[in-house]
Amino acid sequence: MISLRNVHKSFGAQKVLDGLNLEIPEGKITAVIGPSGEGKSVLLKHLIGLLQPDSGQVEVEGESIVGIRRSQLNRIREKFGMLFQNVALFDSMTVFENVAFPLQEKTALPADEIRRRVLAALEDVGLKNIENKYPDELSGGMKKRVGLARAVVLNPRIILFDEPTTGLDPIIKRAIHQLIKDTHAKFGFTAVIVSHEIPEIFDVAQNVAMLYRGEILQHGTSEVIMNSDHPAVRQFISGSLDGPIQMI
Amino acid sequence: MIQALGHSTIGVVRELGRTGWFLLYSFYMIVRRPGSPVHVLKQMRFIGTKSLFVIVLTAGFTGMVLGLQGYYTLAKFGSEGMLGTAVALSLIRELGPVLAALMVTGRAGSAITAEIGIMRISEQIDALETMALDPFKYLVSPKLIAAMISLPLLCAIFDVVGIYGGWLVGVKLLGVNPGAYFYEMEKSVVWRDVYSGFVKSFSFGVIIAWIGCYKGYYAGHGAEGVSKATTESVVLTSVLILVWDYFLTSVLL
Repeated sequence: MISLRNVHKSFGAQKVLDGLNLEIPEGKITAVIGPSGEGKSVLLKHLIGLLQPDSGQVEVEGESIVGIRRSQLNRIREKFGMLFQNVALFDSMTVFENVAFPLQEKTALPADEIRRRVLAALEDVGLKNIENKYPDELSGGMKKRVGLARAVVLNPRIILFDEPTTGLDPIIKRAIHQLIKDTHAKFGFTAVIVSHEIPEIFDVAQNVAMLYRGEILQHGTSEVIMNSDHPAVRQFISGSLDGPIQMI
Repeated sequence: MIQALGHSTIGVVRELGRTGWFLLYSFYMIVRRPGSPVHVLKQMRFIGTKSLFVIVLTAGFTGMVLGLQGYYTLAKFGSEGMLGTAVALSLIRELGPVLAALMVTGRAGSAITAEIGIMRISEQIDALETMALDPFKYLVSPKLIAAMISLPLLCAIFDVVGIYGGWLVGVKLLGVNPGAYFYEMEKSVVWRDVYSGFVKSFSFGVIIAWIGCYKGYYAGHGAEGVSKATTESVVLTSVLILVWDYFLTSVLL
């Protein structure tokens, strides 16, 4: 389980997280939804220690990751995989090298076993015969799938997805969502997805948390959030311009 | 007014501290977890081998202009025979290390900053961190080692090519005695001159990799951030090379 307790984070004068509390259950897919610019990616980066809170506590499976040494943080990070919003593939490496990189650096596996695992991971995300291409030569959807293969190749216990389907067409979006569901069913990891995909995300995630003004407004199962009576949650899900969330 | 001054002073001190820490941590990582030799060789190819053309070109013309200027100055005193010494000492002690370093700064230092800066803004450095891998091991240490090895070698090539550039102008064009050109040089250049040139080029290698990596690592947002970081990197590295050159010269003289 991952828990955030009373987390505050500001960038200069801009307060992004304001006493945020959230419990992310183990082995389930939890989606974090909310208006753009509300700090969903900031929240995600706190879970893996890429950002440290100004105050408050972040715990991963009972261990605090706030203010700890880099070596301790790296030990905890080994439990994680992450798919970035812009995928963050290493652009000087081929697809094969990108997916093989964590295996080469974190395991002592022989080269032929690494090759077998990389090709299997690529096949799991529906990619074949592209291992010698560079990220620049791939479409947005293919990049996301390579990023997903890289995130799961070490079988991490927790995977963070930062807007995995942003900028993709509806069919690729559905394919990526299905891939996340399938890989989750296969490996059983804990997943946290930051997403704007309403209503599709309710089909992917078992739990949903709505972030607004630096706090979690509501957190519950997908059904509970989908049928929420909270005015801001209702407005966000329906995409209405009228309501407590004033974006313009 | 006082508040603004205090604020900017704190900013400068913080930046200096961060820059110094960056260098110390880079050396710590070289000792603790040196990157793979393959990464170092790749960087040596980029910083060293690929700079060869520009080094040879500038060294040749620097030697030639030294030959030309030196000849007309020495001819006033009837000491044309000392041309080899003048060219060699100027190059080995001063111009070789400094000009080679400035050329590498323009060619490789800027590219180092741009490469790391792009990796920063495209979250590739964050990706390394999420894999529990230290970015210094992959991005900074190999470049620092490669620059520390490559710069003295490039400086040596610069010196040799420059000396032959001076020979071409002095001996072949202006008629200085070829025996005197090399004999006087051999008599005057001592090990200490060569040593001081190598110490300088080694430390310039550290400055190029250090500032190049640092500016890229902390590049601001977007293309503008990387562009600003690259410009700052080239300017700061060039200034530091010249300032550090003065201090080293005063110590090594």
